[in-house]
Amino acid sequence: MSGLSRQIEALGAVLLAVIWISPLVFAFWAAFHSTSDAVNFNLLSPWTLDNFRTAWDGAPWLRYFLNTFLLVTVILIGQFIVTTLAGFAFAQVQFPGRDFIFILVLMQLFILPEVLIVENYAMVSRLGLFDSILGVGMPYMASAFGIFLMRQAFKGVPIELHEAARVEGCGWFGILWRVYVPLARPTYLAYALVSVSTHWNNFLWPLIVTNSPDTRPLTVGLSIFGAPENGVDISVISAATMMSVAPLLMAFLIFQRQFVQAFLRAGIK
Amino acid sequence: MTEHVQNERRRQAIYGWILLSPALVLLSLFAFYPSIATLWSSLFSRGTRRRPTEFVATENYADLFADPTFWKVVINNLIYAGATIPISIAIALAMALWANSKIPARGFVRTAYFTPTVLPMIAAANLWLFFYTPGLGVLDKIGGLFGFESVNWLGQPETALWAVIIVTIWKEAGFFMIFYLAALQTIPEDLKEAADIEGASRWTYTRRIVLPLLMPTTLFIMVNALINSVKLIDHLFILTKGGPSDASKLILYYIWEMAFAFFDAPHAAAMTIMVLVVLGIVAGIKFTILDKRTHYQ
Repeated sequence: MSGLSRQIEALGAVLLAVIWISPLVFAFWAAFHSTSDAVNFNLLSPWTLDNFRTAWDGAPWLRYFLNTFLLVTVILIGQFIVTTLAGFAFAQVQFPGRDFIFILVLMQLFILPEVLIVENYAMVSRLGLFDSILGVGMPYMASAFGIFLMRQAFKGVPIELHEAARVEGCGWFGILWRVYVPLARPTYLAYALVSVSTHWNNFLWPLIVTNSPDTRPLTVGLSIFGAPENGVDISVISAATMMSVAPLLMAFLIFQRQFVQAFLRAGIK
Repeated sequence: MTEHVQNERRRQAIYGWILLSPALVLLSLFAFYPSIATLWSSLFSRGTRRRPTEFVATENYADLFADPTFWKVVINNLIYAGATIPISIAIALAMALWANSKIPARGFVRTAYFTPTVLPMIAAANLWLFFYTPGLGVLDKIGGLFGFESVNWLGQPETALWAVIIVTIWKEAGFFMIFYLAALQTIPEDLKEAADIEGASRWTYTRRIVLPLLMPTTLFIMVNALINSVKLIDHLFILTKGGPSDASKLILYYIWEMAFAFFDAPHAAAMTIMVLVVLGIVAGIKFTILDKRTHYQ
Protein backbone atom coordinates (compact mmCIF):
# COMPACT_ATOMS: atom_id res chain seq x y z
CA MET A 1 0.00 0.00 0.00
CA SER A 2 2.58 2.46 1.14
CA GLY A 3 4.90 1.27 -1.63
CA LEU A 4 2.27 1.93 -4.27
CA SER A 5 1.41 5.40 -3.00
CA ARG A 6 5.11 6.21 -2.91
CA GLN A 7 5.46 5.18 -6.52
CA ILE A 8 2.49 7.30 -7.53
CA GLU A 9 4.06 10.25 -5.70
CA ALA A 10 7.39 9.72 -7.40
CA LEU A 11 5.60 9.65 -10.73
CA GLY A 12 3.78 12.88 -9.85
CA ALA A 13 7.05 14.54 -8.87
CA VAL A 14 8.77 13.60 -12.11
CA LEU A 15 5.72 14.51 -14.19
CA LEU A 16 5.59 17.96 -12.61
CA ALA A 17 9.33 18.36 -13.24
CA VAL A 18 8.86 17.48 -16.90
CA ILE A 19 5.97 19.96 -17.23
CA TRP A 20 8.01 22.63 -15.45
CA ILE A 21 11.06 22.28 -17.68
CA SER A 22 9.12 21.79 -20.92
CA PRO A 23 8.81 25.47 -21.99
CA LEU A 24 12.58 25.74 -21.82
CA VAL A 25 13.13 22.46 -23.62
CA PHE A 26 10.68 23.33 -26.41
CA ALA A 27 12.28 26.73 -26.94
CA PHE A 28 15.73 25.16 -26.94
CA TRP A 29 14.63 22.63 -29.54
CA ALA A 30 12.86 25.26 -31.66
CA ALA A 31 15.92 27.50 -31.60
CA PHE A 32 17.86 24.85 -33.48
CA HIS A 33 15.22 24.06 -36.10
CA SER A 34 13.65 25.93 -39.00
CA THR A 35 10.39 27.66 -38.21
CA SER A 36 8.23 25.33 -40.26
CA ASP A 37 9.85 22.27 -38.67
CA ALA A 38 9.47 23.80 -35.21
CA VAL A 39 5.79 24.61 -35.46
CA ASN A 40 5.00 21.26 -37.06
CA PHE A 41 7.03 19.30 -34.51
CA ASN A 42 9.06 17.40 -37.03
CA LEU A 43 11.10 15.63 -34.40
CA LEU A 44 13.44 14.09 -36.95
CA SER A 45 14.09 17.29 -38.90
CA PRO A 46 17.70 18.48 -39.23
CA TRP A 47 19.33 20.77 -36.67
CA THR A 48 20.45 24.21 -37.80
CA LEU A 49 22.21 27.31 -36.52
CA ASP A 50 20.45 29.65 -38.95
CA ASN A 51 18.14 31.06 -36.29
CA PHE A 52 21.11 32.10 -34.17
CA ARG A 53 22.72 33.73 -37.18
CA THR A 54 19.55 35.66 -38.02
CA ALA A 55 19.01 36.66 -34.39
CA TRP A 56 22.63 37.70 -33.92
CA ASP A 57 22.51 39.97 -36.95
CA GLY A 58 19.18 41.47 -35.90
CA ALA A 59 20.39 43.43 -32.87
CA PRO A 60 23.62 44.65 -31.22
CA TRP A 61 23.69 41.74 -28.75
CA LEU A 62 27.34 42.12 -27.86
CA ARG A 63 26.62 45.68 -26.76
CA TYR A 64 23.57 44.52 -24.79
CA PHE A 65 25.63 41.84 -23.04
CA LEU A 66 28.27 44.40 -22.21
CA ASN A 67 25.62 46.83 -20.89
CA THR A 68 24.03 44.17 -18.68
CA PHE A 69 27.45 43.15 -17.43
CA LEU A 70 28.39 46.75 -16.62
CA LEU A 71 25.02 47.33 -15.00
CA VAL A 72 25.18 44.38 -12.61
CA THR A 73 28.80 45.26 -11.79
CA VAL A 74 28.05 48.90 -11.06
CA ILE A 75 25.08 47.95 -8.91
CA LEU A 76 27.03 45.30 -7.02
CA ILE A 77 29.96 47.61 -6.25
CA GLY A 78 27.60 50.37 -5.14
CA GLN A 79 25.59 47.97 -3.00
CA PHE A 80 28.69 46.51 -1.35
CA ILE A 81 30.01 49.93 -0.36
CA VAL A 82 26.70 51.39 0.82
CA THR A 83 25.37 48.32 2.64
CA THR A 84 28.72 47.53 4.30
CA LEU A 85 28.99 51.00 5.81
CA ALA A 86 25.33 51.18 6.84
CA GLY A 87 25.21 47.59 8.08
CA PHE A 88 28.26 48.22 10.25
CA ALA A 89 26.74 51.40 11.68
CA PHE A 90 23.54 49.59 12.60
CA ALA A 91 25.33 46.56 14.03
CA GLN A 92 28.26 47.99 16.00
CA VAL A 93 28.05 51.74 16.48
CA GLN A 94 25.97 53.25 19.28
CA PHE A 95 24.32 56.59 18.62
CA PRO A 96 21.03 58.30 19.34
CA GLY A 97 18.37 57.90 16.66
CA ARG A 98 19.82 54.66 15.34
CA ASP A 99 16.72 52.52 15.87
CA PHE A 100 14.46 55.14 14.32
CA ILE A 101 16.65 55.32 11.21
CA PHE A 102 16.70 51.54 11.03
CA ILE A 103 12.91 51.45 10.89
CA LEU A 104 13.01 54.07 8.12
CA VAL A 105 15.40 51.84 6.18
CA LEU A 106 13.21 48.78 6.67
CA MET A 107 10.27 50.72 5.24
CA GLN A 108 12.08 50.68 1.92
CA LEU A 109 11.48 46.92 1.78
CA PHE A 110 7.90 47.81 0.99
CA ILE A 111 8.33 51.07 -0.91
CA LEU A 112 9.33 49.16 -4.03
CA PRO A 113 11.51 51.03 -6.51
CA GLU A 114 9.23 49.51 -9.18
CA VAL A 115 6.23 51.41 -7.83
CA LEU A 116 7.99 54.78 -7.72
CA ILE A 117 8.93 54.72 -11.41
CA VAL A 118 7.42 58.12 -12.23
CA GLU A 119 9.21 60.17 -9.58
CA ASN A 120 12.42 58.15 -9.79
CA TYR A 121 12.47 58.86 -13.50
CA ALA A 122 12.12 62.57 -12.74
CA MET A 123 14.90 62.31 -10.17
CA VAL A 124 17.28 60.49 -12.50
CA SER A 125 16.63 63.08 -15.22
CA ARG A 126 17.21 65.90 -12.74
CA LEU A 127 20.58 64.38 -11.81
CA GLY A 128 21.46 64.24 -15.51
CA LEU A 129 21.65 60.44 -15.42
CA PHE A 130 18.86 59.65 -17.90
CA ASP A 131 19.95 57.02 -20.43
CA SER A 132 23.07 56.10 -18.48
CA ILE A 133 24.00 52.85 -16.78
CA LEU A 134 24.60 54.67 -13.51
CA GLY A 135 21.05 56.03 -13.77
CA VAL A 136 19.65 52.51 -14.09
CA GLY A 137 21.70 51.26 -11.16
CA MET A 138 21.52 54.08 -8.63
CA PRO A 139 18.04 53.51 -7.16
CA TYR A 140 19.04 49.98 -6.18
CA MET A 141 22.33 50.75 -4.44
CA ALA A 142 20.95 51.57 -0.99
CA SER A 143 19.12 48.28 -0.77
CA ALA A 144 17.31 47.90 2.55
CA PHE A 145 17.52 44.18 2.09
CA GLY A 146 21.30 44.34 1.74
CA ILE A 147 21.69 46.65 4.73
CA PHE A 148 19.62 44.25 6.82
CA LEU A 149 21.69 41.28 5.61
CA MET A 150 25.02 42.98 6.42
CA ARG A 151 23.78 44.10 9.82
CA GLN A 152 22.92 40.48 10.67
CA ALA A 153 26.30 39.25 9.45
CA PHE A 154 28.24 41.89 11.40
CA LYS A 155 26.25 41.25 14.56
CA GLY A 156 27.55 37.68 14.52
CA VAL A 157 31.20 38.79 14.73
CA PRO A 158 32.63 38.14 18.23
CA ILE A 159 33.29 41.37 20.10
CA GLU A 160 36.67 40.00 21.26
CA LEU A 161 38.04 40.27 17.71
CA HIS A 162 36.83 43.87 17.55
CA GLU A 163 38.54 44.67 20.87
CA ALA A 164 41.73 42.88 19.87
CA ALA A 165 41.97 44.87 16.65
CA ARG A 166 41.40 48.07 18.60
CA VAL A 167 44.15 47.23 21.07
CA GLU A 168 46.44 46.65 18.09
CA GLY A 169 45.74 50.24 17.11
CA CYS A 170 43.17 49.82 14.33
CA GLY A 171 40.74 52.68 13.72
CA TRP A 172 37.03 52.20 12.98
CA PHE A 173 37.53 51.81 9.26
CA GLY A 174 40.52 49.55 9.78
CA ILE A 175 38.47 47.27 12.05
CA LEU A 176 35.65 47.21 9.54
CA TRP A 177 37.97 46.44 6.65
CA ARG A 178 40.30 43.95 8.37
CA VAL A 179 37.94 42.15 10.77
CA TYR A 180 34.31 42.44 9.74
CA VAL A 181 34.49 42.34 5.95
CA PRO A 182 36.63 39.15 5.74
CA LEU A 183 34.43 37.35 8.27
CA ALA A 184 31.26 38.22 6.35
CA ARG A 185 32.56 36.75 3.09
CA PRO A 186 29.83 34.06 2.81
CA THR A 187 27.16 36.73 3.20
CA TYR A 188 28.78 38.85 0.50
CA LEU A 189 28.83 35.87 -1.84
CA ALA A 190 25.19 35.08 -1.19
CA TYR A 191 24.18 38.68 -1.61
CA ALA A 192 26.20 38.97 -4.82
CA LEU A 193 24.46 35.97 -6.39
CA VAL A 194 21.02 37.26 -5.49
CA SER A 195 21.83 40.78 -6.65
CA VAL A 196 23.38 39.73 -9.96
CA SER A 197 20.53 37.40 -10.89
CA THR A 198 17.93 40.01 -9.89
CA HIS A 199 19.45 42.80 -11.92
CA TRP A 200 20.47 40.63 -14.85
CA ASN A 201 16.74 39.92 -15.17
CA ASN A 202 15.30 43.33 -14.31
CA PHE A 203 13.20 44.96 -17.01
CA LEU A 204 10.68 47.70 -16.20
CA TRP A 205 13.04 50.30 -14.72
CA PRO A 206 15.78 49.85 -17.39
CA LEU A 207 13.03 50.10 -20.03
CA ILE A 208 12.07 53.52 -18.68
CA VAL A 209 15.54 54.95 -18.05
CA THR A 210 17.39 53.75 -21.16
CA ASN A 211 16.77 55.11 -24.58
CA SER A 212 19.60 53.92 -26.83
CA PRO A 213 21.47 50.75 -27.74
CA ASP A 214 24.49 52.10 -25.87
CA THR A 215 22.83 51.71 -22.48
CA ARG A 216 20.04 49.20 -23.02
CA PRO A 217 20.46 45.94 -21.08
CA LEU A 218 19.72 42.50 -22.54
CA THR A 219 16.16 42.21 -21.22
CA VAL A 220 15.10 45.47 -22.86
CA GLY A 221 16.94 44.58 -26.05
CA LEU A 222 15.26 41.19 -26.12
CA SER A 223 11.81 42.68 -25.64
CA ILE A 224 12.34 45.12 -28.53
CA PHE A 225 13.78 42.39 -30.73
CA GLY A 226 10.85 40.07 -30.08
CA ALA A 227 8.09 42.68 -30.34
CA PRO A 228 5.31 41.45 -32.67
CA GLU A 229 5.51 44.59 -34.80
CA ASN A 230 9.02 43.50 -35.83
CA GLY A 231 7.51 40.34 -37.32
CA VAL A 232 10.30 38.05 -36.15
CA ASP A 233 9.33 34.39 -36.31
CA ILE A 234 9.16 32.08 -33.36
CA SER A 235 12.34 30.08 -33.98
CA VAL A 236 14.41 33.24 -34.20
CA ILE A 237 12.83 34.59 -31.00
CA SER A 238 13.62 31.29 -29.33
CA ALA A 239 17.22 31.54 -30.49
CA ALA A 240 17.52 35.11 -29.19
CA THR A 241 15.95 34.09 -25.89
CA MET A 242 18.32 31.15 -25.50
CA MET A 243 21.26 33.39 -26.27
CA SER A 244 20.35 35.93 -23.64
CA VAL A 245 19.60 33.45 -20.88
CA ALA A 246 22.56 31.18 -21.64
CA PRO A 247 25.22 32.83 -19.42
CA LEU A 248 23.08 32.96 -16.30
CA LEU A 249 21.52 29.56 -16.96
CA MET A 250 24.89 27.88 -17.44
CA ALA A 251 26.27 29.57 -14.36
CA PHE A 252 23.26 28.29 -12.46
CA LEU A 253 23.61 24.72 -13.70
CA ILE A 254 27.31 24.65 -12.82
CA PHE A 255 27.04 26.36 -9.42
CA GLN A 256 23.59 25.03 -8.58
CA ARG A 257 24.38 24.15 -4.98
CA GLN A 258 25.93 27.53 -4.21
CA PHE A 259 23.08 29.31 -5.96
CA VAL A 260 20.41 27.59 -3.94
CA GLN A 261 22.38 28.10 -0.72
CA ALA A 262 22.74 31.76 -1.58
CA PHE A 263 19.04 32.24 -2.09
CA LEU A 264 18.39 30.41 1.17
CA ARG A 265 20.84 32.45 3.16
CA ALA A 266 19.47 35.65 1.67
CA GLY A 267 15.87 34.74 2.31
CA ILE A 268 15.88 33.13 5.70
CA LYS A 269 17.94 35.60 7.72
CA MET B 1 36.27 60.21 33.43
CA THR B 2 32.73 61.25 32.54
CA GLU B 3 34.21 63.66 30.08
CA HIS B 4 36.03 60.78 28.44
CA VAL B 5 32.82 58.74 28.21
CA GLN B 6 31.03 61.70 26.70
CA ASN B 7 33.77 62.23 24.15
CA GLU B 8 33.62 58.58 23.18
CA ARG B 9 29.82 58.83 22.76
CA ARG B 10 30.13 61.89 20.59
CA ARG B 11 32.79 60.19 18.50
CA GLN B 12 30.56 57.13 18.00
CA ALA B 13 27.64 59.34 16.97
CA ILE B 14 29.79 61.11 14.38
CA TYR B 15 31.11 57.81 13.01
CA GLY B 16 27.59 56.39 12.92
CA TRP B 17 26.21 59.24 10.87
CA ILE B 18 29.22 59.27 8.51
CA LEU B 19 28.80 55.53 7.89
CA LEU B 20 25.08 55.91 7.28
CA SER B 21 25.29 58.99 5.08
CA PRO B 22 25.68 57.27 1.66
CA ALA B 23 22.70 55.01 2.37
CA LEU B 24 20.61 57.88 3.71
CA VAL B 25 21.37 60.13 0.76
CA LEU B 26 20.44 57.42 -1.74
CA LEU B 27 17.33 56.36 0.16
CA SER B 28 16.23 59.97 0.37
CA LEU B 29 16.77 60.50 -3.35
CA PHE B 30 15.13 57.29 -4.53
CA ALA B 31 12.63 56.27 -1.86
CA PHE B 32 11.61 58.93 0.65
CA TYR B 33 11.61 62.05 -1.48
CA PRO B 34 9.90 60.32 -4.44
CA SER B 35 7.18 58.99 -2.13
CA ILE B 36 6.43 62.48 -0.85
CA ALA B 37 6.74 64.00 -4.32
CA THR B 38 4.29 61.42 -5.63
CA LEU B 39 1.78 62.32 -2.94
CA TRP B 40 2.28 66.01 -3.71
CA SER B 41 1.89 65.67 -7.48
CA SER B 42 -1.18 63.48 -7.07
CA LEU B 43 -2.93 66.57 -5.67
CA PHE B 44 -2.32 68.75 -8.74
CA SER B 45 -3.91 68.77 -12.17
CA ARG B 46 -2.02 67.89 -15.30
CA GLY B 47 -0.61 71.01 -16.89
CA THR B 48 -1.22 71.78 -20.53
CA ARG B 49 0.04 74.69 -22.57
CA ARG B 50 -3.18 76.61 -22.10
CA ARG B 51 -3.89 75.62 -18.53
CA PRO B 52 -1.02 75.45 -16.04
CA THR B 53 -1.09 72.89 -13.20
CA GLU B 54 -3.28 73.86 -10.31
CA PHE B 55 -4.11 72.40 -6.93
CA VAL B 56 -7.12 70.11 -7.29
CA ALA B 57 -6.98 68.27 -3.91
CA THR B 58 -8.46 64.81 -4.37
CA GLU B 59 -9.86 65.32 -7.86
CA ASN B 60 -7.36 62.91 -9.47
CA TYR B 61 -8.46 60.24 -7.04
CA ALA B 62 -12.10 60.96 -7.78
CA ASP B 63 -11.37 60.67 -11.52
CA LEU B 64 -9.84 57.26 -10.97
CA PHE B 65 -12.77 56.07 -8.89
CA ALA B 66 -15.06 57.16 -11.72
CA ASP B 67 -12.90 55.46 -14.36
CA PRO B 68 -14.19 51.97 -15.30
CA THR B 69 -10.72 50.98 -16.57
CA PHE B 70 -9.30 51.67 -13.12
CA TRP B 71 -11.80 49.31 -11.50
CA LYS B 72 -11.22 46.74 -14.21
CA VAL B 73 -7.49 46.86 -13.49
CA VAL B 74 -8.01 46.67 -9.72
CA ILE B 75 -10.24 43.63 -10.11
CA ASN B 76 -7.75 42.04 -12.51
CA ASN B 77 -5.00 42.55 -9.96
CA LEU B 78 -7.16 41.08 -7.19
CA ILE B 79 -7.79 38.01 -9.35
CA TYR B 80 -4.07 37.90 -10.18
CA ALA B 81 -3.14 38.00 -6.49
CA GLY B 82 -5.97 35.69 -5.46
CA ALA B 83 -4.86 33.05 -7.97
CA THR B 84 -1.06 33.33 -7.98
CA ILE B 85 -0.56 33.49 -4.19
CA PRO B 86 -2.40 30.30 -3.07
CA ILE B 87 -1.64 28.25 -6.17
CA SER B 88 2.08 28.99 -6.27
CA ILE B 89 2.35 28.36 -2.51
CA ALA B 90 0.53 25.01 -2.84
CA ILE B 91 2.71 23.95 -5.77
CA ALA B 92 5.84 25.13 -3.96
CA LEU B 93 4.89 23.04 -0.93
CA ALA B 94 4.29 19.94 -3.04
CA MET B 95 7.60 20.51 -4.84
CA ALA B 96 9.48 20.86 -1.56
CA LEU B 97 7.90 17.75 0.00
CA TRP B 98 8.80 15.78 -3.13
CA ALA B 99 12.26 17.21 -3.57
CA ASN B 100 12.95 16.39 0.07
CA SER B 101 11.73 12.76 -0.05
CA LYS B 102 13.61 9.80 -1.43
CA ILE B 103 12.47 9.65 -5.01
CA PRO B 104 14.33 8.62 -8.15
CA ALA B 105 15.98 11.37 -10.22
CA ARG B 106 15.80 13.82 -7.34
CA GLY B 107 18.60 15.98 -8.73
CA PHE B 108 16.78 16.44 -12.03
CA VAL B 109 13.48 17.14 -10.26
CA ARG B 110 14.99 19.86 -8.08
CA THR B 111 16.77 21.50 -10.98
CA ALA B 112 13.64 21.42 -13.13
CA TYR B 113 11.57 23.06 -10.40
CA PHE B 114 14.08 25.79 -9.69
CA THR B 115 15.29 26.69 -13.20
CA PRO B 116 12.47 29.15 -14.12
CA THR B 117 13.58 31.29 -11.16
CA VAL B 118 16.87 32.25 -12.83
CA LEU B 119 15.27 33.30 -16.12
CA PRO B 120 14.27 36.92 -16.80
CA MET B 121 10.51 37.41 -16.91
CA ILE B 122 10.90 38.68 -20.49
CA ALA B 123 12.58 35.44 -21.52
CA ALA B 124 9.92 33.42 -19.69
CA ALA B 125 7.26 35.31 -21.64
CA ASN B 126 9.01 34.50 -24.93
CA LEU B 127 9.10 30.80 -24.02
CA TRP B 128 5.41 30.79 -23.20
CA LEU B 129 4.55 32.67 -26.38
CA PHE B 130 5.55 29.47 -28.12
CA PHE B 131 2.89 27.64 -26.09
CA TYR B 132 0.09 30.14 -26.46
CA THR B 133 0.30 31.26 -30.11
CA PRO B 134 -2.95 30.23 -31.85
CA GLY B 135 -2.58 27.69 -34.60
CA LEU B 136 1.17 27.25 -34.17
CA GLY B 137 1.56 27.00 -30.40
CA VAL B 138 2.22 23.86 -28.39
CA LEU B 139 -1.11 24.03 -26.56
CA ASP B 140 -3.06 24.17 -29.80
CA LYS B 141 -1.08 21.26 -31.22
CA ILE B 142 -1.80 19.15 -28.15
CA GLY B 143 -5.44 20.23 -28.19
CA GLY B 144 -5.56 19.38 -31.89
CA LEU B 145 -4.52 15.80 -31.13
CA PHE B 146 -7.67 15.45 -29.04
CA GLY B 147 -9.80 17.21 -31.61
CA PHE B 148 -10.17 20.54 -29.80
CA GLU B 149 -10.55 23.76 -31.75
CA SER B 150 -7.72 26.25 -31.91
CA VAL B 151 -7.88 28.72 -29.00
CA ASN B 152 -6.39 32.22 -29.02
CA TRP B 153 -5.31 32.06 -25.36
CA LEU B 154 -3.79 35.54 -25.28
CA GLY B 155 -6.20 37.20 -27.67
CA GLN B 156 -9.53 36.66 -25.99
CA PRO B 157 -10.67 38.42 -22.80
CA GLU B 158 -11.81 35.23 -21.05
CA THR B 159 -8.40 33.54 -21.09
CA ALA B 160 -5.76 36.30 -21.40
CA LEU B 161 -5.46 37.05 -17.67
CA TRP B 162 -5.26 33.34 -16.85
CA ALA B 163 -2.53 32.80 -19.44
CA VAL B 164 -0.56 35.55 -17.69
CA ILE B 165 -1.27 34.05 -14.26
CA ILE B 166 0.09 30.65 -15.32
CA VAL B 167 3.40 32.19 -16.40
CA THR B 168 3.72 33.95 -13.02
CA ILE B 169 3.03 30.73 -11.11
CA TRP B 170 5.53 28.89 -13.27
CA LYS B 171 8.13 31.55 -12.52
CA GLU B 172 7.73 31.89 -8.75
CA ALA B 173 6.75 28.43 -7.45
CA GLY B 174 10.31 27.07 -7.68
CA PHE B 175 11.63 30.10 -5.81
CA PHE B 176 9.20 29.56 -2.94
CA MET B 177 10.06 25.85 -2.91
CA ILE B 178 13.58 26.74 -1.77
CA PHE B 179 12.27 28.33 1.43
CA TYR B 180 10.12 25.31 2.20
CA LEU B 181 13.08 23.00 1.52
CA ALA B 182 15.18 24.93 4.00
CA ALA B 183 12.45 24.76 6.62
CA LEU B 184 11.90 21.04 6.04
CA GLN B 185 15.55 20.34 6.70
CA THR B 186 15.30 21.91 10.15
CA ILE B 187 12.55 19.52 11.30
CA PRO B 188 14.21 17.02 13.68
CA GLU B 189 14.33 13.37 12.61
CA ASP B 190 12.96 12.17 15.99
CA LEU B 191 9.56 13.61 15.15
CA LYS B 192 9.31 11.28 12.18
CA GLU B 193 10.49 8.34 14.30
CA ALA B 194 8.04 9.15 17.07
CA ALA B 195 5.21 9.35 14.53
CA ASP B 196 6.25 5.98 13.08
CA ILE B 197 6.25 4.38 16.54
CA GLU B 198 2.79 5.78 17.20
CA GLY B 199 1.71 4.20 13.93
CA ALA B 200 0.79 7.51 12.27
CA SER B 201 0.48 7.33 8.50
CA ARG B 202 2.67 9.51 6.31
CA TRP B 203 -0.32 11.68 5.49
CA THR B 204 -1.14 12.18 9.17
CA TYR B 205 2.51 12.99 9.89
CA THR B 206 2.57 15.54 7.09
CA ARG B 207 -0.71 17.15 8.06
CA ARG B 208 -0.33 17.19 11.85
CA ILE B 209 3.40 17.75 12.27
CA VAL B 210 5.07 19.04 9.11
CA LEU B 211 2.48 21.59 7.97
CA PRO B 212 2.15 23.33 11.37
CA LEU B 213 5.95 23.53 11.62
CA LEU B 214 6.04 25.13 8.17
CA MET B 215 3.56 27.83 9.16
CA PRO B 216 6.15 30.61 9.74
CA THR B 217 7.69 29.86 6.33
CA THR B 218 4.28 29.98 4.72
CA LEU B 219 3.62 33.42 6.18
CA PHE B 220 7.00 34.65 4.99
CA ILE B 221 6.34 33.31 1.49
CA MET B 222 2.86 34.80 1.51
CA VAL B 223 4.22 38.31 2.07
CA ASN B 224 6.70 37.76 -0.77
CA ALA B 225 4.00 36.44 -3.08
CA LEU B 226 1.83 39.43 -2.26
CA ILE B 227 4.62 41.85 -3.18
CA ASN B 228 5.21 39.86 -6.37
CA SER B 229 1.55 40.21 -7.30
CA VAL B 230 2.17 43.96 -7.51
CA LYS B 231 5.64 43.77 -8.99
CA LEU B 232 5.67 40.92 -11.54
CA ILE B 233 4.27 42.50 -14.69
CA ASP B 234 7.18 42.32 -17.14
CA HIS B 235 5.60 39.47 -19.11
CA LEU B 236 2.59 41.65 -19.94
CA PHE B 237 4.83 43.68 -22.22
CA ILE B 238 5.45 40.57 -24.35
CA LEU B 239 2.31 38.50 -23.98
CA THR B 240 -0.72 40.79 -24.00
CA LYS B 241 0.21 44.46 -23.41
CA GLY B 242 -2.70 44.43 -20.98
CA GLY B 243 -5.23 43.56 -23.66
CA PRO B 244 -7.50 42.53 -25.21
CA SER B 245 -9.66 45.45 -24.05
CA ASP B 246 -7.82 45.68 -20.68
CA ALA B 247 -8.69 42.07 -19.83
CA SER B 248 -5.19 41.33 -18.54
CA LYS B 249 -4.05 44.80 -17.44
CA LEU B 250 -2.52 45.01 -13.96
CA ILE B 251 -2.05 48.06 -11.72
CA LEU B 252 1.68 48.60 -12.16
CA TYR B 253 1.34 48.20 -15.93
CA TYR B 254 -1.48 50.76 -15.90
CA ILE B 255 0.69 53.15 -13.89
CA TRP B 256 3.48 52.74 -16.45
CA GLU B 257 1.05 53.25 -19.33
CA MET B 258 -0.56 56.28 -17.70
CA ALA B 259 2.78 57.95 -17.06
CA PHE B 260 4.90 56.94 -20.06
CA ALA B 261 2.38 56.28 -22.84
CA PHE B 262 -0.40 58.78 -22.01
CA PHE B 263 1.92 61.26 -20.19
CA ASP B 264 -0.64 61.68 -17.43
CA ALA B 265 1.65 61.87 -14.39
CA PRO B 266 -0.92 63.16 -11.84
CA HIS B 267 -3.25 60.20 -12.27
CA ALA B 268 -0.29 57.80 -12.28
CA ALA B 269 0.82 59.44 -9.03
CA ALA B 270 -2.61 59.02 -7.46
CA MET B 271 -2.56 55.33 -8.35
CA THR B 272 0.97 54.95 -7.02
CA ILE B 273 -0.13 56.42 -3.69
CA MET B 274 -2.92 53.88 -3.44
CA VAL B 275 -0.49 51.03 -4.09
CA LEU B 276 1.89 52.44 -1.48
CA VAL B 277 -0.94 52.60 1.07
CA VAL B 278 -1.78 48.93 0.44
CA LEU B 279 1.89 47.95 0.70
CA GLY B 280 2.15 50.02 3.87
CA ILE B 281 -0.74 48.11 5.41
CA VAL B 282 0.92 44.82 4.46
CA ALA B 283 4.18 46.05 6.02
CA GLY B 284 2.33 47.04 9.18
CA ILE B 285 0.72 43.62 9.47
CA LYS B 286 4.03 41.91 8.78
CA PHE B 287 6.07 43.85 11.32
CA THR B 288 3.51 43.83 14.11
CA ILE B 289 1.30 40.78 14.05
CA LEU B 290 3.20 38.21 12.01
CA ASP B 291 6.67 38.82 13.41
CA LYS B 292 5.32 38.44 16.94
CA ARG B 293 3.39 35.30 16.21
CA THR B 294 6.08 33.45 14.34
CA HIS B 295 8.93 33.67 16.82
CA TYR B 296 8.33 30.16 18.07
CA GLN B 297 10.45 28.82 15.24
